[in-house]
Amino acid sequence: MDRAAIIGVGMTKIEANKNRETFADMTWEAVNKALNDAGMSIDDIDNVITTSSDFWDGRTISLMAVGDVSGAAAKNISCVEGDGTYGAFYGMMRCLSGSYKTTLVTGHTKGSESVSSLITNSAFDPIYERGLGMDMITACAMQANAYMHRTGLKPEDMAMVSVKNHGNAFRNPVAQLPMKITVDDVLRSEMIADPLHKLDCSPVSDGCCAVIIANETVAAKFRQKPVWVRGLSFCTDSFFFGDRDLARSSALAEAARNAYRMAGIKDPKKEIDVVEIYDAFTYQELLWLEEMGLAEYGKAAGQLQAGAFNMDGSLPVNPSGGLLAGHPVIAAGLYRIAEIVLQLRGDAGAHQVRKAKTGLAHGVNGLCGQSHCVWVLDRER
Amino acid sequence: MAKRVAIVGTGQTFHKSHRPDVNGQELINEAVQRALADADLTMKDINAILIGNMDHFEGINYVDCWSVDGSGGVMKPVLKITTGGTTGASLAIGGYHMVGSGMFEKVLIIGWEKNSESDTTGAITTAFDPIWDRQVFAGAISGLAAEAQAYMARYGATERDGARVSVRDRRHAMNNPHAQLRKEVSLEDVLASPMLADPIHLLDVCPRSDGACAVIMASEDSAEKICPVPDWIWGTSAHNTYSYLGDVDWGRLTSMDLCAREIFKKAGIREPRKELDVIEMYQPYSFAGLIWIEDMGIVGHGEAPQYIWDGNTDMGGELPVNPSGGVIACNPIGATGLIRCAEAAMQVMGKAEARQVPDVHFAVSTGFGGCMWTNMLLHGKKKPN
Repeated sequence: MDRAAIIGVGMTKIEANKNRETFADMTWEAVNKALNDAGMSIDDIDNVITTSSDFWDGRTISLMAVGDVSGAAAKNISCVEGDGTYGAFYGMMRCLSGSYKTTLVTGHTKGSESVSSLITNSAFDPIYERGLGMDMITACAMQANAYMHRTGLKPEDMAMVSVKNHGNAFRNPVAQLPMKITVDDVLRSEMIADPLHKLDCSPVSDGCCAVIIANETVAAKFRQKPVWVRGLSFCTDSFFFGDRDLARSSALAEAARNAYRMAGIKDPKKEIDVVEIYDAFTYQELLWLEEMGLAEYGKAAGQLQAGAFNMDGSLPVNPSGGLLAGHPVIAAGLYRIAEIVLQLRGDAGAHQVRKAKTGLAHGVNGLCGQSHCVWVLDRER
Repeated sequence: MAKRVAIVGTGQTFHKSHRPDVNGQELINEAVQRALADADLTMKDINAILIGNMDHFEGINYVDCWSVDGSGGVMKPVLKITTGGTTGASLAIGGYHMVGSGMFEKVLIIGWEKNSESDTTGAITTAFDPIWDRQVFAGAISGLAAEAQAYMARYGATERDGARVSVRDRRHAMNNPHAQLRKEVSLEDVLASPMLADPIHLLDVCPRSDGACAVIMASEDSAEKICPVPDWIWGTSAHNTYSYLGDVDWGRLTSMDLCAREIFKKAGIREPRKELDVIEMYQPYSFAGLIWIEDMGIVGHGEAPQYIWDGNTDMGGELPVNPSGGVIACNPIGATGLIRCAEAAMQVMGKAEARQVPDVHFAVSTGFGGCMWTNMLLHGKKKPN
């Protein structure tokens, strides 16, 4: 198998409402930033993968809105529907299958034009579940309760994630919600769905991210330092909550194991230097870290309290501020990849962590993390 | 190193206008079971699943996650691709890259649709730009009627030329037990059927269907062990040339021309009319059977009507088109492009039964959608170089 590298990234600022910009406007900005970052022109790109969702965009064939501005008029193009990490996964495979050398991957969402509750309600079974009024927040509240019940996690433990990530966001120029808050502020914020307070939840966001992935044979041809894809995997759990252990995520454990195996990582706690994780809700950062083997099950909150996941801790988690500081749904995982690329290149500016040779980016599809995608990236080939 | 990729098994439902007896997962599972049986594999052998449909037909978000009980995707990698009408063909192309990359040895590819649960035209209408196109020009049939009118004006073709294509495909469908519409019609029947959008009559156009299709692809490391005559994928291409109404050269399908040139160049095919043995085309209405084989480079511009009247694209002709009966005989949209791919694969593998074209070495399958977009795959009996 050939190897692949990420050779350019571009992110728009994540904002609550980009009401002066269409999907195409946001994508145009991210694509041009990625091309500039890579030192490439659109002619150097030989195929395009967009990541978009007909549901979140309210538009059938949602890629039609962004094909032109991705420069795909005369190029081969396709569209993955789901988190951006999955779009990038397909984009990478297209660089390795002998057909193409460079893939431009985009992901966009305008949460400001979406009704999240209705859109995520449509992900439930139409006969048995939708009528209950379930949506992503109520489902994740159930998962948070299950996880708290199993591990003894307290609301104030979860709140620390919010304090850390909103704090980190001050150093990230593209973050939407930098906030100086305390655990008490989180616990006093409006209760959205017990036990999730408003500040336990990621915001509604608009944004677009673009990354450029290259086959090893051309990765060094352009200006930018390549960041190498060392290991990656994705895995999908059962659909119905009754078929899953909601307090755990076996799909994430499996995806992480496979990604580590491919990367040759034996002890992820020691070998991973920085993590960008899909923290749509505070408890998820802790649960996902544990399932990825970066903390013992039920122990991540203790490590968080001890500062291990802070910018200057032993394993910085979401130095960008994560999803809690900006959550353009479909693009969110692609932002995680782009952030890890910046960290490993040493280009993360004010939110650069000290030691960053090997990093992990993570994306999620479906309800309560039914499907997970894990990327292990490395500064060295 | 990239791997060569082959289709080693296919499965389809018996497509119908309405399948109230099954839900979506069960419909998907019928096709999956048939594909596994065809390849003599079990779910344990499958390394990843690629699935697609058009969301707004069934109104189910995150179909990749919802469908796992039918697709067999529990604790496997499941990926979703959605590109509108081209979805089925985009899935086939996606499977090719997943296997070709070396990441996955055997991939199960699933396209499905329960159009009976949808307002088909309502859902398609939202594909178009909400400001510029949606109010004036939207839905499926309006663009096709514009294309047919432009072609007739430019090249002097007639409604009878279009009807001849419909007569062909509906006759071919008699040989395909999976087709939804199996009834022979005459030229007069087509021309006397209700006018939907001038010049398209009811019998010129596809129905809407419930159906699913599954295809299993494997790399060169295992393909020949699974299947004595695998269907090798020689090349893939996808061109989405339409974003706005004004992007189209009406009467020509630019995306087909781009795909054909790209694939034939890559495979060293100089005279597609002579070198191809069969075409399974995503041809949602009869006039496309004229226009698009010209853009594919089979015959010159304006030459298709005579070529088709001479019987060249009929079963037993020089280059049979749509031995399955094609899209005019059934159209479960998210599956349709993948059905074309599966039918082309069956022709190469010699498994097409009553609709088998003798001695197929090269076959082409296509996908169409997004308004004037084309996807294409070249299938071959010989392993590519």
